[in-house]
Amino acid sequence: MSAFFASYGSMLAQAVVIHVLYVLVSVAIGFVLGLTLGVLLSRVPQWSGVLIPIVSIFQTIPGLVFIGVLFIWIGMQPATVIIALSIYAMFPVLKNTYTGILGVEPKYVEAAKGCGMSPFQTLWQVELPLAMPTIIAGLRMAAIYTVSWTVLAAMIGLGGLGNFVYQGVSSNNNTLIIAGAIPAAILAIVIGALIDLLQKKVTPRGMRREVGK
Amino acid sequence: MIQFEHVCKRYGKTTILENLSFTIPDGQFVVLIGPSGCGKTTTMKMINRLLEPDGGKVLIDGKDAASMDKVELRRHIGYVIQQIGLFPNMTVAQNICVVPRLLKYDKERCDQIVHDLLEMVEMPYEKYAGKYPNELSGGQQQRIGVLRALAASPPVVLMDEPFGALDPMTREVLQDEVKKLQQKLNKTIVFVTHDMGEALKLADTILFMNGGRIEQMASPEKMLENPASDLVRSFLGKHAPGGAVSAKIETFMRPNAYRVRKDRGVLECAEMMARNSVDTLLVTDEADHYLGVVTIRGIKLWGKGLPNIETLIVQTPHTARIGDEAKESVDYLLESGDDYVVVLNANDTIAGIVTKTSVAKSVATTLWGDER
Repeated sequence: MSAFFASYGSMLAQAVVIHVLYVLVSVAIGFVLGLTLGVLLSRVPQWSGVLIPIVSIFQTIPGLVFIGVLFIWIGMQPATVIIALSIYAMFPVLKNTYTGILGVEPKYVEAAKGCGMSPFQTLWQVELPLAMPTIIAGLRMAAIYTVSWTVLAAMIGLGGLGNFVYQGVSSNNNTLIIAGAIPAAILAIVIGALIDLLQKKVTPRGMRREVGK
Repeated sequence: MIQFEHVCKRYGKTTILENLSFTIPDGQFVVLIGPSGCGKTTTMKMINRLLEPDGGKVLIDGKDAASMDKVELRRHIGYVIQQIGLFPNMTVAQNICVVPRLLKYDKERCDQIVHDLLEMVEMPYEKYAGKYPNELSGGQQQRIGVLRALAASPPVVLMDEPFGALDPMTREVLQDEVKKLQQKLNKTIVFVTHDMGEALKLADTILFMNGGRIEQMASPEKMLENPASDLVRSFLGKHAPGGAVSAKIETFMRPNAYRVRKDRGVLECAEMMARNSVDTLLVTDEADHYLGVVTIRGIKLWGKGLPNIETLIVQTPHTARIGDEAKESVDYLLESGDDYVVVLNANDTIAGIVTKTSVAKSVATTLWGDER
């Protein structure tokens, strides 16, 4: 064990940092994109019948294929990984934002309108806060998936915990596989827990009961 | 002042409102009422432009509502909905201050508003301002719903069946509060309901709608006195005097009067009166035809030594027959000071008697429902 850390310790630490950076950057980009598109889509729910299935089809393309295509197109650079991961992180956020906003009970929207809120104020002060639990659930899903998808970055030689997994697989070294897998699993759990904490912090007391749904 | 001028509204081919014109003066409590689908809610929502007319104009203080900025207009018209719709992500104080914040009042002024309004409905600021809607009862929530509508002191408040979802006790209390607030703050209130009792209690003017047109617009008093149509009368139902209520004598009669045959002994009758705590018995002949009455007074004065009560029978000055209008007998009761009127069947047998108590009971039943 100590021998392993002696030889791979600094490499592992570096891999974790790179991995976390990939996750943070792409989830952040994916969240902003997903939120924006989800909000836009919720303004035109009549289009969702077309757009949501298209989004779902994209989501079913295996990450490996997507990264491969981008690799040919953009080349071996972090941008390739980040673009691919951001797009994948975007899907759950987009879907949850859309369903979350449409799930806001009409009475609140009517009350907001009747009070003299502009469409933007209604969105910002009423619809988004009420949809927030659902949106954050989407963020959580996105973040946890991204932790595992980031392993694919190593496929095009761009590091992260995937390096360990791939090296382990190609050299038939189980210790290396586990050295990549366990930190990735822990990372997923930690990120999930952090988002749960965030969820609790941002949910006003008046809505706590509804979060359980 | 709110004026509707020839307002029309259609959804597809269905006409919701047809050439609707009326005026609501300032400070009036106007209740819109009518069968469902009559257009009352549609009418109300045109005032704050949640719906737009297809033809005609809605004028607010003489200005065409269509020419005003929608959002700005709504900030100056309070709005209370049936489902309450307090924002669950905001505290009571934040909910009350939604409109003041939209109007960019400063924080101190908002606080002052919350203080004043909560005080008005006797919900202590310290206890309630920081609570969330789901921590309040339904009645408290709708109180806050009303306060939210009043917060920026709009001259006009719209209420769309605001108390429909509350239990009867709470509804009663909130009706009183709203009426009090309206009179105190001198607001124009446009209130939609389907409950005639509520309308009669709250309204200065009732606007009765049917099929997109005004059936009758009148004060509660006038409407009760003179309903414009059978539909209005049926809505007034139990609240209307006369009219729908049967005014036949049998409505007010009680059938079980104490009666004796004319060949009964004097003492026997006296004993029967004592046993039943009455001072009069109705007397019949062998064929059950009504003859008159004996009173305890008659027995006392002249009853000694008589074999039976036949000679003690006295005629009553007023008897009624089944099927007669009640008014005459009731008037007689009230004016003569007599305690009862005997009601006879067509064949001269006794149907029952009408007393002041039986009249009162029957009126109560008609007004407040059958409690037997």
